[in-house]
Amino acid sequence: MSATTTPPGAQLPEHPDFLWRNPEPKKSYDVVIVGGGGHGLATAHYLAKNHGITNVAVLEKGWLAGGNMARNTTLIRSNYLWDESAAIYEHSLKLWEGLEEDLGYPILFSQRGVLNLAHTEQDVRDSVRRVEANKLNGIDAEWIGPEEVKEICPIVNISADIRYPVQGATYQPRAGIAKHDYVAWGFARRADEAGIDVIQNCEVTGFAVDGDRVTGLRTSRGDIACGTVALCAAGHTSVLLDMLGVRTPLQSHPLQALVSELLEPVHPTIVMSNAVHVYVSQAHKGELVMGAGVDSYNGYGQRGAFHIIERQMAAAVELFPVFARAHLLRSWAGVVDVTPDASPIVGHTPYENLFVNSGWGTGGFKATPGIGWCYAHTIAHGEPHPYVAPFGLDRFTTGALVDEHGAAAVAH
Amino acid sequence: MQLIHCPWCGPREEVEFHYGGQADIAYPEKPAELSDQEWAEFVFYRDNPKGPFAERWSHSLGCRRWFNAVRDTRTYEFLATYEVGEPVAGVARAEQEVTA
Repeated sequence: MSATTTPPGAQLPEHPDFLWRNPEPKKSYDVVIVGGGGHGLATAHYLAKNHGITNVAVLEKGWLAGGNMARNTTLIRSNYLWDESAAIYEHSLKLWEGLEEDLGYPILFSQRGVLNLAHTEQDVRDSVRRVEANKLNGIDAEWIGPEEVKEICPIVNISADIRYPVQGATYQPRAGIAKHDYVAWGFARRADEAGIDVIQNCEVTGFAVDGDRVTGLRTSRGDIACGTVALCAAGHTSVLLDMLGVRTPLQSHPLQALVSELLEPVHPTIVMSNAVHVYVSQAHKGELVMGAGVDSYNGYGQRGAFHIIERQMAAAVELFPVFARAHLLRSWAGVVDVTPDASPIVGHTPYENLFVNSGWGTGGFKATPGIGWCYAHTIAHGEPHPYVAPFGLDRFTTGALVDEHGAAAVAH
Repeated sequence: MQLIHCPWCGPREEVEFHYGGQADIAYPEKPAELSDQEWAEFVFYRDNPKGPFAERWSHSLGCRRWFNAVRDTRTYEFLATYEVGEPVAGVARAEQEVTA
């Protein structure tokens, strides 16, 4: 594998000298997107690019891309089990592969591959099944043994006498990481160039409703009338929907991540382990970026419990003994919205011009261009794009769940 | 790590406890009469307030008993813990109803 010899941070591009306008909100828009994170910005970009819809506002209560977009671990992969998930995530991965060109902006998309380790016989069976399912969906995937794991990522401990020995792994070579800030800035710049208003420090505080239509939004910067409202508020989706009396099976949890101090390139790929519960990649600048599962309780605090980090560190040091001397630089949490089947909720709501995009749980970043594309289509046509149609709210009533707990890779 | 006040054992470290989600979800009285939507709401739908939330916890590494708590989901502070079926301190309950 390509363990680069350039010093950490050498590949980082300069910061741009122009980002985007900071316009005053207009009185009305054809489409108002609530949430200026990755999904909201990508949706805005594809509304303009694919559908020519530009009388659009993206409302962000804080600063642009300052929520989960700034708090994730930037992993991108499409090796999901079920056809429905594979379709949307693979669509997204293909867009990632051309995104730098599309945005005319560096995003440092680095396809360094992902290893999903198996530690038990059941892990092995599940992993092999997933590899075969991936192949049937045209997704690059292979099953490899411990020695090959060691070839791809030499610092993985494949000793047989650790508590959960590595029995092998699934490998998706096209998986990767990207620089999350640059992704957000790239989408924001292109949306801004198309005439879309990206409005920061604008919190939605209520809705104006006429029958089964939303006619406007009350915001901290005044009332805004709207043709269509598209929610992209991740962990705060149910806070918004509660104002409308709409219930969803969403639960918001803190999901913690952390980084080490900067290190020389030591970790050439992404390694995930569901069983011992840690995942690791090395950022372009050199930090080891790690995450694990969500904290068990509901929370909006953007921080979590210390014992979760402690458990994750124990797993990391057992799998990567070389990490034992790395110092923790900082930790943080995002507020993720999880669903009972670990799949997103996208599409119609009881209000005919109100659409929802939520429930991406621990995996929203990788979906950014894919959901932006499909959600823009959904908004433009008033009907879900075929790739998101299986993820409607009605599946909890019909029972057609898309149970991705296994391939979501971390515990929900 | 925070201390959680078990109604039987007193304050113990958070790692001894297991989270059980929203409190007081009763099994339907007449299950045969529920519509699909009502079943969906019983099985899958839970409140998700940003603020005080009445929820279940189990002291799984201690007395292994379940109890209820009102916890603020913004700060994670436990406002009250109490036995299942007991009334909760008036202030916490009133605040929760406003938020939920």
